[in-house]
Amino acid sequence: MSTASATRTAPRHKKPRKQLDHAQRMRRTGWLLSAPAVLIMLAVAIAPLVDAVWLSLFHKRLTTPDADSFAGLSNYWVVLKDPLWWTDVWTTLALTVVTVSVEFVIGFGLAQLMQRALYLRRTLRTIVLIPYGIVTVVSAYAWRYAFDPSTGFVNDWLGTDVAWFDHRWTALFVIALSEIWKTTPFMSLLLLGGLIQVSPDVHEAARVDGAGPWQRLTRVTLPIMKQAILVALLFRTMDAFRIFDSVFVMTGGANDTETVSFLAYRQLVGRTALGLGSAISVLLFACVLLIAFLFIKLFRTDVSKLGSPA
Amino acid sequence: MPRRHGLLAVALALVASVVVGCGGGGSGAPELNWYVPPDNGAYQKLADRCSRASGGAYRVKVSVLPTDASGQREQLVRRLAAKDSSIDVMALDPVFVPEFAEARFLRPFTAAEAATLTDGMLSSAVESSGWRGRLVAAPFRANTQLLWYRKSVAAEAGLDLTRPIGWDDLITAAEKTHKTVAVPAKRYEGLTVWVNGLVTGAGGAIVRDVEKGVDLTPALREGGAGRRAAEVMRRLGRSSAAPTNLATSIEDDTRTVFQSGSGGFMINWTYARGAAAEAVDGGELSREVLDDYGWARYPRTDPDKPSKPPFGGISLGVGRYGEHPAEAVRAVRCAGTLENQITYMLESKETTARAAAYDDPGVRAALPMADLIKESLDQAGPRPRTPYYNDVSAAVQREYHPPADVDPNSAPRATDDLITGVLHDKVLL
Repeated sequence: MSTASATRTAPRHKKPRKQLDHAQRMRRTGWLLSAPAVLIMLAVAIAPLVDAVWLSLFHKRLTTPDADSFAGLSNYWVVLKDPLWWTDVWTTLALTVVTVSVEFVIGFGLAQLMQRALYLRRTLRTIVLIPYGIVTVVSAYAWRYAFDPSTGFVNDWLGTDVAWFDHRWTALFVIALSEIWKTTPFMSLLLLGGLIQVSPDVHEAARVDGAGPWQRLTRVTLPIMKQAILVALLFRTMDAFRIFDSVFVMTGGANDTETVSFLAYRQLVGRTALGLGSAISVLLFACVLLIAFLFIKLFRTDVSKLGSPA
Repeated sequence: MPRRHGLLAVALALVASVVVGCGGGGSGAPELNWYVPPDNGAYQKLADRCSRASGGAYRVKVSVLPTDASGQREQLVRRLAAKDSSIDVMALDPVFVPEFAEARFLRPFTAAEAATLTDGMLSSAVESSGWRGRLVAAPFRANTQLLWYRKSVAAEAGLDLTRPIGWDDLITAAEKTHKTVAVPAKRYEGLTVWVNGLVTGAGGAIVRDVEKGVDLTPALREGGAGRRAAEVMRRLGRSSAAPTNLATSIEDDTRTVFQSGSGGFMINWTYARGAAAEAVDGGELSREVLDDYGWARYPRTDPDKPSKPPFGGISLGVGRYGEHPAEAVRAVRCAGTLENQITYMLESKETTARAAAYDDPGVRAALPMADLIKESLDQAGPRPRTPYYNDVSAAVQREYHPPADVDPNSAPRATDDLITGVLHDKVLL
């Protein structure tokens, strides 16, 4: 608000206007323009976050309102020393690493294909995007029915008799497969945005200098695409780490397929243990922050300076 | 221009319909929302009868909850925590009554209301509907589990089921005849029903001192009841009498096993034979199987102590935040009248909390085991009555599953410790 009044009163007095150089004025206008969005973000994102941190400091249950008591940081301690939390963290990490790596490789291939296709380019892009357009819960049900031993067709096709959802790793395999199928299009679209930034002239120059296809890929294409790759991997990793829907629909967290966000859901909604559940949510948020931090460190990139990738 | 007018008209119509929808039908009788588990349509018929009987004082609209008990609880808790005024009446599994009452989600009945709502109801159903000395829900349905047996198998094994039978004799008989004892034993609420039946049958309890809230006393290690329960489960789990799907079976799976060639004995709720009769009418089951259905009281854990059959059912709670509490109470009273209970019982194939209904000739014709059901309900061993029931039950399910691997030496103590830890926010569940 103070910035708003400052800019409004600024033109009336000549002195301060002189002191403001162009960059400063641009910055003020920028703040002014983004103020409504910032306020809304504060209301819808920061307020619940603060509330969750506050709740996590209490022994609190929704259904026994008279039995609340202050817990300090003990909820965090309980979560962090519980083997269940660590099992879920490893499950989530395994799912994240596998799905994001596979999505990156396939997504990169699809992006190349979309860029190089001579005919039906738009049709191709539409087709590639279809899985991403399907609601996750719907796709999860489709995959669940496909792999269900009694009603599904997958066992028939493979000539196997596997109860896919009764064992940890087979269940995680199906969950990972459905995630990959569904979100690879998103990855490929972000990567396509990066590929477009690589001008054919650079490639031509590299070719003239005698670079082979592999060298052109690793020395020319990938470095130029670095920022687009960062955005794609960052978005997908943060998304993948918060996986919920597919697990909920396919196994309900049974047989050690529970992920961190599912654990938070069970404590918060199922057990109405608001204190413990909030502690898990805050820890989940911290994990996601850590992922973002590591990615930016790893790529040594300032995200705010990224050009629009798409 | 005409096109824009058309759009405007459509938009206005939409807004108008939404506004009318929110008003609960505009003028006239208030609409009561009755949240019920999915069923064969009997709730809807009962709701329609009560709407008509009210003479325009209210209209009852049935809203359907998820299939499983924990899903039903979750949806109601979520709505009531947000003070949902659309919940006028809800069908509650009795194990969740203390939790809902403690959370002040239910409007307690006045002494005068309570007197009419409990008059003529089975005492086990009345006890399950109260909390801290007040009636917080109205007894509606009462249900129990029976021992179902194939008459041919019992005859082959030489079992006399007119006399009480113990779990050990039952398993031995099934082993001898190469048949199965089917019990719902997936890791879900049904497993807690089984553990509770075994523990109370041995004279114990899963928890005691429930009025102390989180400081209740887990009691599985006391007096050997938890150990005895584990022994029975482990014996069946490792016996040739265990169906292959024992550890993943719910009620309907046990019926499938029981009606198959390997079927010998089954623990299931009272609806089992009615469902089989429907299957015969639908041509899905042969009449010989239905004619082979026998029934007896729930087996004994301890050969010298009468069994404590499980108690289940439905109590009707009036939502705390509903806008028509007086009408809601009237609707609840209507649902519980003897006449409505008899009709509902015949339509739904479920059993009622109203004692006199079991003497009705129509009911006795449809339910030849009516006296056994009433006796079982009178001597039932209810599950723990605590606001933390959900956590207690989940802890039991974690330690007493799968049946074949339950260790009688460690399971009772481990469950006790888990319950204490979970209730005091010391362990995740």
